[in-house]
Parts: sequence; C-alpha cells; structure tokens
Amino acid sequence: MSKVIGDVILDVHNISLNFGGVKALSDISFNVREHEIRAIIGPNGAGKSSMLNCINGVYTPQQGNITFRGQTFSHMDSHQVAVMGVARTFQNLALFKGMSVLDNIMTGRNLRMKSNLLLQALRWGPAEREEIEHRRKVEEIIDFLEIQPYRKTPVGQLPYGLQKRVDLGRALALEPQVLLLDEPMAGMNVEEKQDMCRFILDVNDEFGTTVVLIEHDMGVVMDISDRVVVLDYGKKIGDGTPDEVRRSPEVISAYLGTGH
Amino acid sequence: MAFFLETLLGGLMAGMLYSLVALGFVLIYKASGVFNFAQGAMVLFAALAMARFAEWLPQVTGLTQPVLVNLIAFVLAGGVMFIVAWLIERLVLRRLVNQEGTTLLMATLGIAYFLEGLGQSIFGNDIYKIDIGMPKDPVMAFENVFQGGLLINQEDLIAALIAALLVALLSVFFQKTATGRALRAVADDHQAAQSIGIPLNRIWVIVWCVAGVVALVAGMIWGSKLGVQFSLATVALRALPVVILGGLTSVPGAIIGGLIIGVGEKLSEVFLGPYVGGGIEIWFAYVLALLFLLVRPQGLFGEKIIDRV
Amino acid sequence: MFYRENGQFKISYREDQQIFPIAQDRVFVVLLLLVAFAAVPFFASDYMFRAILIPFVIMAMAALGVNILVGYCGQISLGSGAFMAVGAYGAYNFFARVPDMPLLPALLLGGLCATAFGVLFGLPSLRVRGLYLAVATLAAQFFADWMFLRVKWFTLDTPSGSVSVSNLQVFGMPLDTDVSKYLFCLTLLVVIALLAKNLVRGAIGREWMAIRDMDVAAAVIGIRPMYAKLSAFAVSSFIIGVAGALWAFIYLGSWEPGAFSVDQSFRLLFMVIIGGLGSIMGGFLGAAFIIVLPIFLNQFLPMLAGLAGVAISTTVVSHTELMIFGALIVWFLIVEPHGLAKLWSIGKQKMRVWPFPY
Repeated sequence: MSKVIGDVILDVHNISLNFGGVKALSDISFNVREHEIRAIIGPNGAGKSSMLNCINGVYTPQQGNITFRGQTFSHMDSHQVAVMGVARTFQNLALFKGMSVLDNIMTGRNLRMKSNLLLQALRWGPAEREEIEHRRKVEEIIDFLEIQPYRKTPVGQLPYGLQKRVDLGRALALEPQVLLLDEPMAGMNVEEKQDMCRFILDVNDEFGTTVVLIEHDMGVVMDISDRVVVLDYGKKIGDGTPDEVRRSPEVISAYLGTGH
Repeated sequence: MAFFLETLLGGLMAGMLYSLVALGFVLIYKASGVFNFAQGAMVLFAALAMARFAEWLPQVTGLTQPVLVNLIAFVLAGGVMFIVAWLIERLVLRRLVNQEGTTLLMATLGIAYFLEGLGQSIFGNDIYKIDIGMPKDPVMAFENVFQGGLLINQEDLIAALIAALLVALLSVFFQKTATGRALRAVADDHQAAQSIGIPLNRIWVIVWCVAGVVALVAGMIWGSKLGVQFSLATVALRALPVVILGGLTSVPGAIIGGLIIGVGEKLSEVFLGPYVGGGIEIWFAYVLALLFLLVRPQGLFGEKIIDRV
Repeated sequence: MFYRENGQFKISYREDQQIFPIAQDRVFVVLLLLVAFAAVPFFASDYMFRAILIPFVIMAMAALGVNILVGYCGQISLGSGAFMAVGAYGAYNFFARVPDMPLLPALLLGGLCATAFGVLFGLPSLRVRGLYLAVATLAAQFFADWMFLRVKWFTLDTPSGSVSVSNLQVFGMPLDTDVSKYLFCLTLLVVIALLAKNLVRGAIGREWMAIRDMDVAAAVIGIRPMYAKLSAFAVSSFIIGVAGALWAFIYLGSWEPGAFSVDQSFRLLFMVIIGGLGSIMGGFLGAAFIIVLPIFLNQFLPMLAGLAGVAISTTVVSHTELMIFGALIVWFLIVEPHGLAKLWSIGKQKMRVWPFPY
C-alpha cells in the first residue's frame, strides 16, 4: 500500500469570503499534494463547503487566490475548473432528478464529446461512435460503483445511498485529477460508509486521483486521509497529518472536545 | 410645455390604473410565492359581477337610489370574490403545495381561462356599464399658470386617490398586523411556516380574498372608465411589466412601477412614436421591463434573488 | 402480456441506444407511419384535412419546438407566436423578393430568421429564469406583433397589411390539393421529429436536461450554461419558425400579423403542458388534443344539450370551451404534471403486465 505523494497540485492562498455581513472564510491558506487524500474537517458552519465552492468557481472570494498546477487565479470559472480536471460532489446531491442514472453519469462525459449539433441531429457515423465510446467508459464506472441494476432508473426514485454513488460516478466521469467530495458519507449507515470508503480508496489507488474530502466521521477521516485541514468559524486552526491534528490543543478544544 | 404636462398627467393617471392591477399580483406573490396570472380574469369577473348586480338589484328589490345600489352591488361582488378565492384555494392550491413555481404559474393560467369562461357564462358577455357616479367631464386647471389651462380628467383623479388609499391600507396591513406577518412568512417558505403552526390554507384563502377585493376595486374603476368587457382580462398582461419594474414583492414598487410605465408609455407614444411608425405602446412597457431584467432583475424595490447550492 | 420485452436482448450499446429499443414499439411506429402516409389520404374527407389533419401536423411541429425549449431545457417561453411570425414573414420575404426562390429553401431560411430572433431574445435566459424569463419572452412577442404591423417593409408595403402566397410547388409537384399539402407537411414533420429525437437523446439533449434540473451543478461538471441555453433557443425557434412558415403558407394561404398573437403562444404552451413536458411524443399528443377539443365540443355540446331539450348558442359553446380548457389544464397539473405522455407510458406499463395488476 505504498503510494508516492507528489508535489503541490492545488494551493489556496489567503482566501477570504463574505456574504453581506457574514464572514464565511477568513484568510485561509493550505495546499494539496498530488495523489494524496486531504481531509477538511470542522464544526458545522465552519466554511468547509464554501471553501470547496471557491475552488470550484461557484463562489468568488473577495480576497486571495488559488493556484492550480502552477497557474494562479483570483477567481475560478466553473467551466474552466472542470476543463482543468477538477470534479466535485455535492453535500445536497445536485443530481439531475429527471434523468436516469446512466444519463446523469453521461453528462459528466459531455466535456469530452466533440460532435457538433448537426452531427448529433443526424446521429450517424462519428456522432454515433462517440456516443458508444463514452457509453463504454460510463459502464466501467457503473461497474466500479456496483450500480448496474439501476442504470435506467430515474435518479429521483433511488434511495439516498445510491444517489450518493451516482453523484460520485458523475464526478468520476470527468476523469478528474482532483476530486472534491463534500460529505460523501453523510446520512449513510456503517455498511454504506465502508463501501464508499472502498470506492474512494480505489479511485485514489488505481487512478492516482487526488482527493479533497469534507467529512464529519472522525473514524473515516483518521483512517483514510494523509493530511488534514481543520476549519472553525471560517479560520484555519489545524493543518497536518491526522495524528498531529488529533493531538493539537486548538483542534481539541474547538472541535474534538476538551479533555476530561 | 402645457402639452407635455398634460401628457405626463395622463400617463400618471393611466399608470395608477395599472398599479391597481399590479397590486393584486404583488399581494398574492408576496404572500404565497405564486404569481397569479388569473388576476386579470379576476378583475373581469369581479367587474362583471358588480355591473350585473347593480343592474339586477333595482329589478329584484325595487331599490333605485344609485349610491345604495352600487354599495350593495359592491358588497355582493366582494362576497362572490370571497367564494371564488375559497374555491381556488380548496380545489387548486391545496393540491399543488409542493410543486415548483412554473407549475403554479401554469395553474393560474388555467384558472384564468376558467374564470373568463365562467364569468361570461354566468353574467353574459355584452359590454356593461358601471356607473358609480364618477364625474365624467374633464376639468380645466391651472389656468393662471399655463395659457389655456391643463385639461385634467376628474375621473382619473378620483381613481388615483382611491388607489392611493388602498395602497396605504395594504401597506399598513402587511407591516403592522400579525396576519400580515404570517403572510410574509408563508411567502418566504411554505414548509417552514407550516412547521411553526401557521395555518397555510387559511392564510391563502385570506390572501386570495384580499386580492379579489383589490381586483374588484380595480375592475370597478376600469369598468367605470372603459365599460366592462372581455378585453379587461388582457389588462393583466399590461400590468405584468409593472411588477417587474417595481419588484414582485413590493407594494410601493407596484405603485411606482405603474406610474413609471404609465408615463413612459404615454410619453414615448407621443414623442417617439411618430418616428418609428406609431403604436409602440404595445411593446414599450415590456421592452422596458426586459432591460430592467437584464440589469436589475429584482426591480426597483424587490428583494434580491439568491441561489444556494 | 402484449408488450413483453422478454427475449429481446441487446448485445451492443448501439442496440441499447436506438430510438425504439422494444420491438413492439418499432412495429407500432411503422404501422403508424404507413397509416399516416398511405391510408389517411384515401379515407379522409376534405373537412378532416382542412380542420384537423393539416393543422395538427403543423402544430405538432411547433409544439415539438416549444417542448425542446420548455420541456427539455426548462426555459419558459411565452413568445412562441412571435417565433412563428418571424419564420412566416421571413420565409415570405425570401419567397416573394428573390426571383424563382423554391419553396423548401424559403421555408428553411424563414426558420433561420426565427433562429436569429430566438437567440437574440433568448439572451435574457442567461440572467433570469421562471416568471422573469416569461416576461422577457412576452417582450419578444409584443415586439414582433408591432414589427409586423407597423414596419411596412416586412409586408412588402401592402396597404392592408395582409399578405398571401399562391402557386406553391415543391420539386416540380404542385401543392394544390389537400392531400399534397398534408403529405408535404407530414414529411417535414417526420424528418424534423427524427432529427429532434436524435438531438434529445444525445449529448446536447443531456446538457439541456441538466440545465433544466440544476444549472449550478451543470456548470460545475463542465457544461456551459450559455451554450446550452442559447442552443436550445436556437434549435427550438428554428423548428417553430419552419412551423410558422408552413402555417402561413399552407394552412392559411393569406395572413395578417394577428395570426401569430399571444393567444397562439399560450395555445402552444398548453399543448406542451397537456401533452407532456420533456417528451417528443408529448408534443404530438398535446397538439392533437388542443386541435380536436374545440371541434369535439362544437359537435358534442349541442348534441348533449339537445338530449336535455335545451338549445345552446355558439357563444355558450365557446365559453364552455374556455372553462373546460382552463379546468383541464389545472386538472392535468394536479393529477399528472407529466401530461398525456406519462399516461401513455403508464398505459404501456399496464399492457406489459396484463393480465396481472402490477
């Protein structure tokens, strides 16, 4: 189980984000190394999702910038971020409820589909071949996530745990270099969590995908992450390996509970 | 100069009438988050009811005193609108509680068609008069300021006053009373309001009743001015840009928006119209609203729309 | 039992992804096309053609276009009448001003004019949605109303404001009989429906549906909302424009701007809602319903009243029509927001398991 953690691939510098009077993030800086699993933890409202939203271009921070593979941006454009190879799952499952599982995951492939409108309308030759080629890739993801029986089911009809898998599948369909997971195990029971952990570890192992993970389950975080960032009230209060963070006094008093 | 002022005043008066209809829109949207396309049909229905009741009352009861007849007709028509509001809530709104905005919009469109058909079936489809004793002759004013004086329509003036009174009452209602507060809570979030014990169904009936009364007042004034006829229903389409301009959730916005649109339409028709072939009244309001949408979608006084992921 | 898919295995993705994967569907569609193309021309009366079949075919095409925009991409539009008008007048201008312009290119060019208009008035969709977008599309509608009424250039400066076309022919065959008109429109409808179905089940269709369901998430996975929304407007208004040109040239023959008023926009919207949003077939079902309903009521209500011994006038019938119309819309939205298409698929599901209940 040896894995080589590479250089810094994503670097967040001094990000501050306000909504009206509410300071969601204050001067946050941390980095993420290639191939690692980086967890972001903290109490509710600490700004974790907002941080991911800044990386994804959903929110624009008032201050600070983000460096991805050497290029620095003061604000990210969602589309550009996806093109650069960053994919995302959502805390509240932003799935396309009207479409089937297969179609949902296929939308993740849209970035790579090149046929123009006219070719698609005729659905002949290159357009058909492209559709089939991407279907093949999506089926691999469906096999990987073990959701084959549900591929034609409208996503809105699936139970929560399966929907979360589809969300992950859609993110994986982008073949991302960096995967941002926003509470992927929220609301799951023990078995489902084990399955999800397995998927995340497999993705990290087989494809070398860098994972940035927001999670509340301490057991999961301590087990699978390489390094951890701790946020509280929009500020960073801890940064290091799971053991370091577990022993840090600030983190303990703010988050893990004061000692007895 | 005098001509400009006359056009301006005419525009303000016309705008006031738009505002009356727009008020109905704002009320329902403010209190239930639903945009009521049927408001125009409600204006028509209410006006028809009042006109016909005023006609039938003397025949049935022998009362002939105009003020009394009109008053009773008004009250009866108001009662009819209450029934309509109750039925709409019971049969339609209750079943569509959790649907999204577009579905509700379409439903109100359906209600609009239904009311139009029903109104004309029950009350007939000729042109009817509402005579509430408004002075029809225009009056010359400011004769010593402008040469020849300004021609002011008395009817419009009184209509504007009634509208202003109505708006003041409604503003007080929304801001100061507990029911008004409950209405605003419901508009924000149905489910949250339910969970703190606000009786959703009753609130909605109240709102639609109030909107019905507003529709009645609007119908009465428009009907007195133009006669009650089918085209009154399309008045709703004329008033839509008003709420966009003023903001869907703002009562003062409906007034100011109405005034701006009224004045804008008149002025643009008179001063711009001749250059482009005339008749630009039909799209001026809408294009103005369109420009607003691109620049400031929430209108002048509305609340900002935020999307959360 | 009749609709069993048992034994129909797909061994390639190509097979799985075809338009009609179930054999019974394929048979049904082929039969339907045979009936539509070969049988109907022999059995239908002139009245049937003029009152029902030709308007149905053209309106089904327009409803298809509206469904792409409203049903698949979720962009509410009350300006469809304007798109039809632009298509009609665009085609007319090309047809009348360019010497020897053949019919089909004129129609398609009219569609392209509608596309330009649609993309322009679709720009607000990048900023607003829902009711606000509806208002923006109404602006398009009223602006088009005014444009074709007041700007005389569009109507070739005729004093009355109404225009007409005559002596239509396609590939040398004259379109003077009802049957020829019907077959021409039907062919165009089938071709456009096929192209639309391909678009809708392909990548762009998924983009449209993603935007409809959740456009913030769509942006995050790499879909560009601007491209998706404007392409929906473009494709949709092209189809509506061609339908508008057909409506003017073939159904009306001579027309005024009033033929494409806001009532037409509402009619199209209702067709799509009742037929089923987000379904190609829904457009067909909705168009059939809306076109047949007034005719049905016109025959049926007086008969019903006659049974009760009451004579009713046409005004009563038209009022009742309004009421039934409105009530049906509300009923559909409450009971089956997915429209007739959903009822159809429920019916197929029942046939699948018959004689068992589920």
